[in-house]
Amino acid sequence: MEIKILGTGCPRCQEVEKRTFDALAEMNVAADVQKVTDIKKIMEYKILGTPGLVINGKVKSAGRIPSKEEIKTWIEEEINK
Amino acid sequence: MKDRTKLLIFIFVFLLFYFLPFGAVRIQGAILEAFHMVQEYAREHVLFCLIPAFFIAGAISLFISKEAVIKYFGAKANKLLAYGVASVSGTILAVCSCTVLPMFAGIYSRGAGIGPATAFLYSGPAINVLAIILTGRILGAEMGIARAVGAVVFSIIIGLLMSLFFKNKKVEDDSNNFTVEAHIKNRSLFQNVIYFLTLILILIFAAWSKPRELIGFYNVVYNIKWYLVAVLLVILFFIILKWFNKQERKDWVLSTWIFAKQILPLLFAGVFVAGFFLGRPNTDAGIIPSRYVSLLVGGNSIFANFFAAVAAAFMYFATLTEVPILQGLLGSGMGKGPALSLLLAGPAVSLPSMLVLRSIMGTKKTLTYVSLVIILSTIVGWIYGSIFY
Repeated sequence: MEIKILGTGCPRCQEVEKRTFDALAEMNVAADVQKVTDIKKIMEYKILGTPGLVINGKVKSAGRIPSKEEIKTWIEEEINK
Repeated sequence: MKDRTKLLIFIFVFLLFYFLPFGAVRIQGAILEAFHMVQEYAREHVLFCLIPAFFIAGAISLFISKEAVIKYFGAKANKLLAYGVASVSGTILAVCSCTVLPMFAGIYSRGAGIGPATAFLYSGPAINVLAIILTGRILGAEMGIARAVGAVVFSIIIGLLMSLFFKNKKVEDDSNNFTVEAHIKNRSLFQNVIYFLTLILILIFAAWSKPRELIGFYNVVYNIKWYLVAVLLVILFFIILKWFNKQERKDWVLSTWIFAKQILPLLFAGVFVAGFFLGRPNTDAGIIPSRYVSLLVGGNSIFANFFAAVAAAFMYFATLTEVPILQGLLGSGMGKGPALSLLLAGPAVSLPSMLVLRSIMGTKKTLTYVSLVIILSTIVGWIYGSIFY
């Protein structure tokens, strides 16, 4: 699984990163987590507003901090595909 | 941070402490002044202005659905509407200055294009909710309103000019819309309005200052303000209890905390620096003597306005620090017109943001934008100064 966290490095993006790691750890799932801080690369994902969370190339949330539970559901969805 | 940068900082700090004449009265006075200024902020502005403001900013970033606004920025959106929305939506979209640039990039490259994007870029930092509250509170309501109105009106002009100069740019990507996630809504519009109204009223009444004359409406409100705040807090308590679930409450506190964590250290560093260099208003105790400030940016000449706009355009202001710095400058004799020029040009561009802008839209457009910002900020400041001077 490939997870990308889009954000230029503000505290809100760090919170998303933390929650993603927590979610992965609690579910005991291994994933390749990357931080995307380059504004041009972020723009490739057609989002307006950071932080953004992308799982397997799909934008799951943008412009807000999703809860850990939400992140878990999204990871679950991707596993069961 | 690179090691080389660290080394340079070490050398700078070393030289500073090695050579600074701490015996000099002016230096001692300025250091004391810096602490006085921080104390003034701690006593006057933290409890009843900054903290409620952070809670409001936290709530806005969390509970206001941005989707409704975002659809006006799509590539196929009505252009006129896009300008209008771009010029005012900073209030709810740009609660944190670090979000302005990514949004600008999005609107520019995938959405409504260069005009609305630059309109958003110019007005966003001036009309985000924290900036409005702090500017109005510390520099006076008049300056707060002038800043917001000036930013909104001139953002549209800058946007239109930019799209006039560079109109041939086609959006490469046709699949225009931004990815918008389905958002579960737990409250009706009415509930949201009541909730935000309560928050804003708490801020207004808690920050109600003592009127000069002890008669009239303002004085009546001043005398009962704590009762009003208490009643509103009870209302807020029930709103939070009834309309919000546990997760939302936790997120609200967290989102507020993130703002505080991000903004407070920089803001107080800015207050300290402003106190050291400029002193509290009308004390002339800072390192920079008032007469130099008056000489450069006093009065309301075109030069003073222009100088303020140029200096501000290149300088980097961390979120909200423009306010204490301007407070110091005004107290040292800066004119109101140049102050507004600085407020308009300052947070909208800085050297670091110019570099990012250049990577998004190229050198020519960036230079045009920066020149427009400087020219228009100068003009607005000058007009404002002529009216109120």
